Amino acid sequence: MKNTYQVLSDILKKRILVLDGAMGTMIQRYKFSEEDYRGNRFKDYEYPLQGNNDLLSLTQPDTIREIHETFLDVGADIIETNTFSSTSVAMADYNMENLIYELNFESAKIAVNACKKYTDLNPNKPRFVAGSIGPTNKTASMSPDVNDPGFRAITFDELVNSYSEQIEALIEGGVDILLVETIFDTLNAKAALFAITGIFDKIGYELPIMVSGTITDASGRTLSGQTAEAFVTSVSHLPLLTIGFNCALGAELMLPYMKRVSRFSNFFTAAFPNAGLPNAFGEYDESSIEMGKKIKKFLDEGCINIIGGCCGTTPEHIKVISELVKNNKPRRK
Amino acid sequence: MILSGLEVLNIREDSNFVNIGERTNVTGSKKFLRLIENKNYTEALEVARDQVDGGAQILDVNMDEGLIDGVEAMTTFLNLIASEPDISRIPIMIDSSKWEIIEAGLKLVQGKCVVNSISLKEGEDVFISQAKLIRRYGAAVIIMAFDEKGQADNYERRIEICERSYNILVNKVEFSAEDIIFDPNIFPVATGMEEHKNNALDFFNATKWIRKNLPHVSVSGGVSNVSFSFRGNNTVREAMHSSFLYHGIKHGMNMGIVNPTMLEIYDNIPKDLLEYVEDVLLNRRDDATERLLDFAETVSKKDSKEEKIVEWRSFDLQERINYSLIKGLDKYIDEDVEEARNLVEKPLEVIEIYLMNGMNIVGDLFGEGKMFLPQVVKSARVMKKAVAYLLPYIEAEKSDSKSSSAGKILMATVKGDVHDIGKNIVSVVLGCNNFEIIDLGVMVPPEKIIDSALKNNVDIIGLSGLITPSLDEMVYLAKELKKQNIKIPLLIGGATTSKAHTAVKILPECNFPVVHVNDASKAVSVAANLISDSKNDNFYWSSIKDDYEEFRDNFLERKVEKKFITISEARKNKFKIDVKNFNIKIPNFTGVKVIENLDLNILKNYIDWSPFFNTWGLHGKFPKIFEYEATGPEARELYDNAQIMIKKIINEKRLTAKGVFGIFPANSNDKDEIEIYNNDSRSEIVNKFICLRQQSKKAANKPNYSISDYILDKNQDQVDYVGCFAVSAGFGADNFSKEYENLDDDYNSIMIKAIADRFAEAAAEYLHERVRKEFWGYANNEDFSNDELIDEKYKGIRPAPGYPACPDHLEKNVIWSLLDVEKNTGIKLTESLAMFPASSVSGYYFSNPDSRYFGLGKIDIDQFEDYAKRRNISINKAKKWLNPIL
Repeated sequence: MKNTYQVLSDILKKRILVLDGAMGTMIQRYKFSEEDYRGNRFKDYEYPLQGNNDLLSLTQPDTIREIHETFLDVGADIIETNTFSSTSVAMADYNMENLIYELNFESAKIAVNACKKYTDLNPNKPRFVAGSIGPTNKTASMSPDVNDPGFRAITFDELVNSYSEQIEALIEGGVDILLVETIFDTLNAKAALFAITGIFDKIGYELPIMVSGTITDASGRTLSGQTAEAFVTSVSHLPLLTIGFNCALGAELMLPYMKRVSRFSNFFTAAFPNAGLPNAFGEYDESSIEMGKKIKKFLDEGCINIIGGCCGTTPEHIKVISELVKNNKPRRK
Repeated sequence: MILSGLEVLNIREDSNFVNIGERTNVTGSKKFLRLIENKNYTEALEVARDQVDGGAQILDVNMDEGLIDGVEAMTTFLNLIASEPDISRIPIMIDSSKWEIIEAGLKLVQGKCVVNSISLKEGEDVFISQAKLIRRYGAAVIIMAFDEKGQADNYERRIEICERSYNILVNKVEFSAEDIIFDPNIFPVATGMEEHKNNALDFFNATKWIRKNLPHVSVSGGVSNVSFSFRGNNTVREAMHSSFLYHGIKHGMNMGIVNPTMLEIYDNIPKDLLEYVEDVLLNRRDDATERLLDFAETVSKKDSKEEKIVEWRSFDLQERINYSLIKGLDKYIDEDVEEARNLVEKPLEVIEIYLMNGMNIVGDLFGEGKMFLPQVVKSARVMKKAVAYLLPYIEAEKSDSKSSSAGKILMATVKGDVHDIGKNIVSVVLGCNNFEIIDLGVMVPPEKIIDSALKNNVDIIGLSGLITPSLDEMVYLAKELKKQNIKIPLLIGGATTSKAHTAVKILPECNFPVVHVNDASKAVSVAANLISDSKNDNFYWSSIKDDYEEFRDNFLERKVEKKFITISEARKNKFKIDVKNFNIKIPNFTGVKVIENLDLNILKNYIDWSPFFNTWGLHGKFPKIFEYEATGPEARELYDNAQIMIKKIINEKRLTAKGVFGIFPANSNDKDEIEIYNNDSRSEIVNKFICLRQQSKKAANKPNYSISDYILDKNQDQVDYVGCFAVSAGFGADNFSKEYENLDDDYNSIMIKAIADRFAEAAAEYLHERVRKEFWGYANNEDFSNDELIDEKYKGIRPAPGYPACPDHLEKNVIWSLLDVEKNTGIKLTESLAMFPASSVSGYYFSNPDSRYFGLGKIDIDQFEDYAKRRNISINKAKKWLNPIL
């Protein structure tokens, strides 16, 4: 089934594809209460569940579908499953490690069904589902204890097992692409890629892989200290569909790093920046128009094949981006 | 081939030879083996750092020793290297003959590393499965020229094995040819055995063949093997290494394991030695070995290189300490701290001066993005080590003097948030500075924070958070503390926190200090200041608070710029005097009274000294300021000199103080004006104070203030009173000051002006008191100390035109006209409505017990136009005077 790679690769040579915006930001708009998060099924669950956004795929599936559809409505070509934290490592916060298969499978299904509806409406604009594989909340190459720099809160093998569980369920749920994203520790990402190749071996076919790192601060490095190029080098051992960055920075601050990646890598590039930097209250307030102006520069630079949004980006932002890409040619590898 | 550590190593066709550091290898370095056996990882890391500093571009790590647990040692060492950015910036080479050690290493390194090595030794199947895994782990690989039959020891075997390996890797494993490095075996020469004579030459030729016939690959080798026969004779070995490399590189060897400190520069090799060495390497003569051995005997046994004194060790002390902190080097820190300790009076000063200077640089570099997090964490560790060294001395000091720990600080990442790196850094840095840290970890519920804070009787609570909802948690915790009336200062930190959020959202919930600190190195001074505040009348906190409040007001003003209400709405929302509970005191005196020659001997008791020190750049509250360690003596000297000057002023009658005030029947009207009447029957309006009103949208039950609200509305049909005044103590000040100026005595010249200013304020205070108690008499039982007066404990206020409650300077004209100030006292108004002499004060008197100072803020266009009309001036003129508040 390598043909999804081929299909996407052919499209990407012709035009820039648009990824959706922020699931978390959209969910916030619904202002769900603890009870909403629990739904009927978990109403007697013994741990607090508010904030477990991925769980909404089980307890508020209609909302998740609605959010996907608002992004599809405004022209997103690729939508991300609501599975950023659906690994046993991340779900341990909610004591929900035993729900991993279901969370990923159901989230994938919701997204796949939403995409199918839109693809059926307009077969000339096929829509794709990217299975979101988040960084987890532990780092494999950094110690959480400053006094014990050799200590690790998680091992590579534990991450591989946890990621494998997620990835297998996503694939069975029908995703078209695997998206390893918001990578702040490259060793975590390498574990995810290791898990992916293991699953590919097992099932006997491959899906296209997108890899997206996160430059966290003014030093221009990932949290684990790598430069943009070092990060790309560390994850380029598989034939990726795209490489790029998301989160932490707004479009303006991300552009220089995307230009470097564009020059450095032979893969397609993807960027999904935040709607600016958070203001003093942690809100993202860059408007769609403002962000659009900055995204325009990415397009003018010709350094992009897939573009979308991360924290704070709404259908309004994605709509502006969808309009913009129509007038621009994709980056040539 | 492209490899990576924290940075990229791009090895192109045309790249220079790549150095692989070899000293972190237990099979090649006795010293390193001993360090690993003794688990002395600190020094083992130094070995690695020396390699990087010495120019190594890849770091080879080998833990193959029978007596050590290779997997464990590899794991520990690579994990430690990962937290040393100076080392981990270069790619790692995982060197082992055991697959389990290699695989353990592959699971630890975030960059694209190199496996050293695999081979066909155990057959194709094993080779293929290992190569596949290496590809999945994302590493490059060194292939040894070794197969089922053994190690390649001649030219033909070398190329045969390498070609076979290449074909398997590229065709069957789909390994990228770029990521393949061949090691065609470097064997010793000059061993005396015939079959070894071609060892170097065969390597060179095989290398040439590989680079020509196997596209994109690299060739590497362990160079020091070649000189094995000359162990102990470094001169010969270094020459041999250089020469081998010189020829190897010419044949296409593009990387190699070399000890850069065991390498002579090729051109510096003495000509005779070079000739003997190359005869051996290139097998140019049958007697080459004997000739070299004979020559080697004549070479001095002395090592060619003394241990180099590292350059930075010759810097001065502070620079050395800075260097260690910035580089995260702890090797010399004890030595340097000891030196510093001998230079200061108290061991604690080493921390406060030398170490904090260094940490401040670290903080700045971090802020500028020139250092990144792992480096800062390392700096903190060095700091901790330095403090640990000092601790016994500090303890010893304590036993014969006062203080114990600098204070107890509770640290927690708030509920719902798991990020703790920043919190940990701050904890370490604070811990280093003698604070006792109680770290509750992450996701700490507010109840637990409060509980623990009370139980442990902490001095400060430090809250950290990285995600947005943590901001609300912090606000919640502040509310809880206030609700329970717990007054423990809060430190706020973490990536999403900000001064703005702290000032706007948290501060209003606090009746205790709250300070935003996003920089570990600044946390120390903030914590120290907050703790010493209890002894300093909260001086530090009040300065921070003022700053935050101003920041907040500006912030809110900016934010609510469009949230004005109309002036008529604002007037409806005026402050209303509680008529039922307020009895107007009919003043004992109405009209205008001039007070000539205020007695400076009396006034000097009314002086508020704190602003005096402020003028001189000394911050603190009088008289506590004398006790401050750093500035106390200076403040004392200044004060003593001021007393001498005051005595001189009084004895020589150099300054004159006088004043005028008036109390008048008055009422406010519905246009924010205070009408001043000729008499209590209010038959005639003699003048008007034209006031302004706060116009921003207020929270429910919060009035839009105008100072006119403090005077009873004329609709109440009862006459009220308003006062105003002008005083000066500046007569004579300019001349007196100039006398000193002419003597180039700036100190006393400034001193006189500063004292005159204090006398003017004292005169205002004194006159206000007499008005309250005597002339108006609404507070005739009042009995306050000067400190209480300074704290404005009395009833009523005396706001001054041009200040926040009434920013309109034009009102001074009204005061001047009502009191005939210039004629009565000689105080003049300049064109820009400044008072002359400079040491003068003027203002209103309001007697209402509910009157308070407030900030007017900005006003909207409707009030502005209305004001211009009321003032009967042109829009342009009005604009000139009110511009700052528009």
